[in-house]
Amino acid sequence: MTTPKRKLTIAKAISETISQEMEADDNVFVMGEDIAKLGGVFGTTTGLLDQFGPDRVRDTPISETAFIGAAVGAAAAGMRPIVELMFVDFFGVCMDAIYNLAAKNSYFSGGNQPIPMVLMTSVGGGYGDAGQHSQCLYATFAHLPGMKVVVPSNAYDAKGLMHTAIADDNPVIFMLHKNLQGMGWLGTVKKSIVDVPREVYGVPFGKAAIVREGKNITLVGLGVTVHMALDAADALEKEGIDAEVIDLRSLVPLDRETIFNSVSRTGRLLVIDDDYISYGVSGEIISSVAEQDSGVFKTSPRRIAYPDIPVPFSRPMEQFALPNKDKIFDTVIEMMKAD
Amino acid sequence: MLSDVNTLKWLYENMFKSRYFEECMEQAYLEGKQPVFNMANGPVPGEMHLSNGQEPCAVGVCAHLNAEDAVFATHRPHHIAIAKGVNLKAMTAEIFGKKTGLSGGRGGHMHLFDTEVNFACSGIIAEGMGPAAGVALARKLRNEPGIAVAFIGEGAVNQGGFHETMNLAALWKLPFVCIIEDNAWGISVAKKDATAVPRNDVRAAAYGIPGEYVEGNDPLAIYDAAERAIARARAGDGPSLIEIETYRLAGHFLGDAEAYRPEGEKDGLFSKDPIPTFRTYLLDSGALGEAALKKIEDAMCKEVDEAFEFARAEPEPEPAEALEKVFA
Repeated sequence: MTTPKRKLTIAKAISETISQEMEADDNVFVMGEDIAKLGGVFGTTTGLLDQFGPDRVRDTPISETAFIGAAVGAAAAGMRPIVELMFVDFFGVCMDAIYNLAAKNSYFSGGNQPIPMVLMTSVGGGYGDAGQHSQCLYATFAHLPGMKVVVPSNAYDAKGLMHTAIADDNPVIFMLHKNLQGMGWLGTVKKSIVDVPREVYGVPFGKAAIVREGKNITLVGLGVTVHMALDAADALEKEGIDAEVIDLRSLVPLDRETIFNSVSRTGRLLVIDDDYISYGVSGEIISSVAEQDSGVFKTSPRRIAYPDIPVPFSRPMEQFALPNKDKIFDTVIEMMKAD
Repeated sequence: MLSDVNTLKWLYENMFKSRYFEECMEQAYLEGKQPVFNMANGPVPGEMHLSNGQEPCAVGVCAHLNAEDAVFATHRPHHIAIAKGVNLKAMTAEIFGKKTGLSGGRGGHMHLFDTEVNFACSGIIAEGMGPAAGVALARKLRNEPGIAVAFIGEGAVNQGGFHETMNLAALWKLPFVCIIEDNAWGISVAKKDATAVPRNDVRAAAYGIPGEYVEGNDPLAIYDAAERAIARARAGDGPSLIEIETYRLAGHFLGDAEAYRPEGEKDGLFSKDPIPTFRTYLLDSGALGEAALKKIEDAMCKEVDEAFEFARAEPEPEPAEALEKVFA
């Protein structure tokens, strides 16, 4: 019997996975701000309160230090908590619990005390929410050892990656882009809404997806920038340029092999990231290819990422700073002319 | 007042063991650091925060705890670890950075984890609060026996994590007890210069829970107060807060010149050293005689000496083991 296909938003795919994992394992529970009665500000926990009740779907006070710290303790004591940090920008009030506790307890206990928890958080701007509600901060988390970092670009991956995250014995930072989640109050990139099987499945960490094959240039993105790269690739095709697009899916672990192999074939690398440009994801990817063999580059690798400025409110300024399809298109044209 | 001889004996054993452990640790720590003190030298590098004088807090509370009860301690953890029953050899080896230490040398003195007895500590002020509440929540959700106790210092009540966690624990009626060891000093800043109220038990009112202040660094008074709080936690009635007047007989860290202390303060504290005081009480009350006390002391010294001999003899980790255990 084949399951009828249905398209889901990322938010619905996430809430479906959490529901399935909670059914399968009593140790899985969710807590965070507005995740119970409201179903999550971003809709990622919709329906869970009715299904599982307030013991396992817990609205918390606005006390990120306490409830993320409590998730660490609960994970050490046999639970598998999923906590929501509403906006990633709020990490400033609770980073100690994340990087000094969750991320270090395995190491400090010599591996005797794993911390199986998922920290689910929303990232990204482009909708005029200014600099305390629009950041991505992928690299901030990926830089600090002891946490896995996942950034899905579509609902199929989101469901499978969340399954893998909940099953993982380590802290997983699950970063959901607001332009992709599919909330009622914000537009959604349509290509993130895809067919999602009803049954449980996993998508492994550390395996990037080649979402478009091509032979002239490798475009590497994550989350929303994957869709920008795909749109640019469609436009480039009309110019006779065949772009390969890689969706990183996870930053920790990072699939350096797939990136390197792709660049070995295409000879050109452009990384697109909506997190801050300096000391970030784009630099890491370029250097990891260059370290392995700088001879693969036919032209200098390039990157399009967020400038080193706080996210401005005003629309023209914010749009100026964000990566987009046109910036990718123009940069690729320049790169193709360069060699 | 507690009269059970076995419990009195246990309290004295663990206070004495803890103090002798710290005395041995001080000696080992200072090796290679004299005449010029350099924290990076010697068999035990890094900071060292000794617990001399604070033993009553550890024993008075931990006397009521079982292995399934979780304890989160501070950067000054040895007395609490010992009273909680942490594997002494593995703990000592960890402090020496040895391969067979609790975490193979990755944590050291401020990051001791013994999952067998549910003990953990950390180097950041008030950091154990959230995880302790989390263990308490897990015990409750899983219908398992066991409570969680967070030890913090009197300076930690001014951290956000203290307030956030007390509110959360009270709101969710968690089986949780917060023990504040008031040794009067946050490194060099006196309690009166850091905290707006003289005693932190009053803060319990902010969370609608019981709060007690225990004066005199008295193991028996601490034992009684902890008994009430822990019974309440076990009964499912929610958390409690206890602040204990205790004495920091050592510096903040070993090597601290303590020029900030008022003249004569430490002499006054030494005259109230809880270990000889409790010993005298045990003798005077007739609970334990001189021969029995001497026997306890010899046995505790032997156990600690063996732990230090073990730690010194164990191999160092292979350098590349540093790359392991980042992930489970």
